[in-house]
Amino acid sequence: MGRLSGFGVTWRQMFKPRLTTEYPKVKREKPERQHGRHVLNRYEDGMEKCIGCELCAGVCPAHCIYVRGADNPVDDPVSPGERYGFVYEINYLRCIHCDLCVEACPTEAITESKLFEFSFTNRADGIYTKDELLVDDEGRAQRLPWELWAGGEDDHTSSWMRATAPSGDATYEGRVGWSGELGFGVRPPEQGQSADTPSLASEAPHFDEASPDR
Amino acid sequence: MISALLAADTLDPLFSSHGVSWSVLAVVLIKVVFAFVLLLVSVMLYIWGMRKVIADMQNRIGPNRAGPYGVLQTLADGIKLFFKEQSMPTTADRPVFRLAPYLSILPAFLLFCVVPIGGTVSILGHRTYLQVADLPVGALFILAMSGIGVYGVMLAGWSSGSKYPLLGAVRSTAQLLSYEAAFGLAVLGVLIQAQTLSTHAIAQQQAWDGWGSIGTQWFWLRALVPFGIFLIAATAETNHPPFDLVEAEQELVGGFNTEYTGIRFAIFFLAEFMNVITMSAIAATLFLGGPSGPSLGFLSASGFVNTWVMPIFWFTVKVLGLLFVTVWLRASLPRMRYDRLMALGWKYLIEIAILWVLVSTALIVARDEGWNRFVVAPIAGGLAVLAFLTLYLAIPKPGERVEEFH
Repeated sequence: MGRLSGFGVTWRQMFKPRLTTEYPKVKREKPERQHGRHVLNRYEDGMEKCIGCELCAGVCPAHCIYVRGADNPVDDPVSPGERYGFVYEINYLRCIHCDLCVEACPTEAITESKLFEFSFTNRADGIYTKDELLVDDEGRAQRLPWELWAGGEDDHTSSWMRATAPSGDATYEGRVGWSGELGFGVRPPEQGQSADTPSLASEAPHFDEASPDR
Repeated sequence: MISALLAADTLDPLFSSHGVSWSVLAVVLIKVVFAFVLLLVSVMLYIWGMRKVIADMQNRIGPNRAGPYGVLQTLADGIKLFFKEQSMPTTADRPVFRLAPYLSILPAFLLFCVVPIGGTVSILGHRTYLQVADLPVGALFILAMSGIGVYGVMLAGWSSGSKYPLLGAVRSTAQLLSYEAAFGLAVLGVLIQAQTLSTHAIAQQQAWDGWGSIGTQWFWLRALVPFGIFLIAATAETNHPPFDLVEAEQELVGGFNTEYTGIRFAIFFLAEFMNVITMSAIAATLFLGGPSGPSLGFLSASGFVNTWVMPIFWFTVKVLGLLFVTVWLRASLPRMRYDRLMALGWKYLIEIAILWVLVSTALIVARDEGWNRFVVAPIAGGLAVLAFLTLYLAIPKPGERVEEFH
């Protein structure tokens, strides 16, 4: 066929299945660790996890996080520790969803949900404050009017996202080390992790088995 | 043969017997309006169908939002363009700038007027041909109108008062004029066989006479080479890929229509796609028998189905087949390089078309004069091959050094 073989190619393509996903009608399964809109998590007893340490703000390459910590009120503490996040803002006009804040957070307070379908028409709506980011009393992300939460997307919105152990210690890599949280309790380990390594709780004390180079 | 051209039966029976009365005028008006609407609607459907078929060929879905299966997509695009702001460069030649889009769309409409889309029918009690006008010089009219289309392109580029449209217009005009020659010679290949210029008479000569008439009556076999040249040249004339250098969006700054916006821009594109449809209709008329095709034998030969439906059906099938080929070309072939485009037109198509016309003329003359065709045919064919080889050897090949004259 030579030069005419191109016609055969286009002819054969006509009988092959379409590759298009009809997006608004049909939604594809999102990846396990999709980076979407953030949430601020709470412990099982309702206390906020954020301690106002500003590590997330420091690590943010887009400078879109603004945090101010404050001392917990003695009679009505917001978080279990000494300090809590008094102001917490994320500017979604700048956020690049790199998840460095999630990795930096020592208390699993900030994680990312799978939500990416949200839009706003003014700058003020683009800056999420604690009012919008904090999970509700059920431990679920708030469903804001300009966000499109499809069914089940908020099931995986919180600390399951952590890829590494607290403090980024390599020893903890691949192990379940997260704390219990409101609405979900202590999450079961992700698939594949529990089979490779025994769960952290069954090892006591776990520092004993540390490798010599540690 | 000249007498056949002037015979009464080649005239539209609408005008032959009773002068011009109101009902005759009404019949003409109905035909004009119907042709106008038909062409607009078919352009709309063609663009939609083209996008759908190309989408199929690329594993996509294509337009599917406006209307069922996206069939109203073109209408939506047209409405959008209609309401868009129209801008005009300050250096533009204002009247010509306004005129140019209509210069390119009018010939596309007029071309369709001479195409017979059916046989002889009866409207309002008048027997008439199913075509807007059966000119005694219909084939010349086709050539003239496709020539006038070039003015739209040329004047649009020139009147824009901007250098890129001007360069684009020069480029396009060179292409259109080059292929005009091959196009005309390809049409001549049929005219020599048919010995008439009337499109209705050409269609009638290809009338259905059993399945054998596909080979014996229809002109595509007797004018096989002109048929191929016609398809290539008509594709180039209508700026369809792979010859769409007229507006090469990706690499050559649009082209002659760079400064056009809104409905004027839309009219250029309407004209382009309308030309594709009329060219397919003309190809079907000249080479593929137009409305000729088997009628339903179990129904009355003078009934509605066999006088109206079947001829129009066969005509539509042929045009749709040709349109599918243009879409297939569009999906399969990359754009030609400009020098290759010119080389194909000037060095091959025109030569082959001229030689074919000379040989078939010799054969027709031999037939009419009673010469022995087994002597004439080898001599004429041999001379043509010889002439082509001589010309072919004289053509510089790519990479060959040519001694230039100074």
